[in-house]
Amino acid sequence: MAEVRATLLRGVCSGMAALLIGFNLGAAHGAELVVSAAASLTNAFRDIGRGFEAANPGSTIVFNFAASDVLLAQIAKGAPADVFASADQEAMDKAVVQGVIAQGTRRDFVRNKLVLIAPADSSLALTALSSLSADAVKRIAMGNPASVPVGRYTREALDKAGLWTRLEPKYVYAQSVRQALDYVARGEVEAGFVYATDAAIMKDKVKVAGEIATTTPILYPIAVVKDSTRQALAQSFLQYLATAASQATLARYGFGKP
Amino acid sequence: MLSQAAIPLLLSLKVASWATALALVAGVGFGYLLARVRFAGREVLDAALTLPMVMPPTVLGYYLLVLLGRRGALGHWLQENFGVSLIFTWQGAVIAAAAVAFPLVYKAARAAFEDIDANLEKAGRSLGFSEFKVFMRITLPLAWHGILAGAMLAFARAMGEFGATLMVAGSLPGRTQTLSIAIYEAVQAGDDGLANGLVLVASVICILVLVVSGRVLQSGYRRAVRY
Repeated sequence: MAEVRATLLRGVCSGMAALLIGFNLGAAHGAELVVSAAASLTNAFRDIGRGFEAANPGSTIVFNFAASDVLLAQIAKGAPADVFASADQEAMDKAVVQGVIAQGTRRDFVRNKLVLIAPADSSLALTALSSLSADAVKRIAMGNPASVPVGRYTREALDKAGLWTRLEPKYVYAQSVRQALDYVARGEVEAGFVYATDAAIMKDKVKVAGEIATTTPILYPIAVVKDSTRQALAQSFLQYLATAASQATLARYGFGKP
Repeated sequence: MLSQAAIPLLLSLKVASWATALALVAGVGFGYLLARVRFAGREVLDAALTLPMVMPPTVLGYYLLVLLGRRGALGHWLQENFGVSLIFTWQGAVIAAAAVAFPLVYKAARAAFEDIDANLEKAGRSLGFSEFKVFMRITLPLAWHGILAGAMLAFARAMGEFGATLMVAGSLPGRTQTLSIAIYEAVQAGDDGLANGLVLVASVICILVLVVSGRVLQSGYRRAVRY
């Protein structure tokens, strides 16, 4: 019995040691580029990342997708990101003000559109923003304007239409544009605001009621993080975005040229 | 700043109180059932009832969302028959918090019931007490301390609930944005001032719960020693 226990103990110990060693190796492994990118870029960037890894043997891309302000908050607190891609200028402006962006690396790389969507099986006729005032529309999903760019674009559009305050009791704030998309796809809300590129990846579950004009153009900036230890690799990722292959991928997902 | 902290705090207290009440009733019921009644699959049921405690809150949140959502089995039924939708409501947050807090009461209650000397209950029956009276006058008072300890842990756990609540109830300011979620939102938005204030409030509450539950348990211990 004691022998069995000793063997078991030895097994557990060596298992833990192996885990620790693996942990260390992971931290020191090859050329790893951490790209913090707006949630709406998820699918396109994953595809582009595979191409980049193939074009740069030995390098690995680690993506961190979330709402732009969330990524910024992480970077500002010292998260080891190398590249920051935001869905609006405001988040990038804040990053510049906070001094976390490498000078001269910022540039706009894609355009997007804001759309009003409804669940695919919805019977509501959402023809204009004003139809959101109808009683049948009980909840409207959108990104939280405090931390999610799509929420800021939405607020701007609703403000301009004079509807922001009136519709406020109906808002369900999402943590990222993808969460707003999910709420609509599940039918938990009657309507939601997302980017055209997000609506396109869930064509079977959501339908686009219309494109919403925004005063601020939806222009995505990207930049190298100042504290990145892989400046050169980060720069080559930015350059890779300009290649024909990347441009084709971005276009396939519905992103426009800046 | 004060109201920015007070509203989520009051909501958290409301949600945690309701969740603890629900967990208490269900936990005592199931605890008693599993402590006293022998039936096939008892330990499987025990594992199932303990599951919310060990499962990642996101898994639980997803189950609840799928179950209670407008297209979920239960959610659809509630919507059709009562016009009730729990998603994005504080009642939904209560259900999420109650689900994660339930095993803490249940485990404590079962252990407390199992610890009771069966002779005391037999004595009650021999004196002509009905089963209900035996439970109310003998079993429950004897088990109460263990149950209370479980309930306090459950309350603390419900106050801190985050993952499942966020998935089920969302983050609607003033309606479902509890203290933990308000902290998360403040950090997300880079509002460190608000985040600092809110975590301070949360920390004080946690300390209070620990101190109070420590007092209650200690007095119970002293009483037990005296007996």
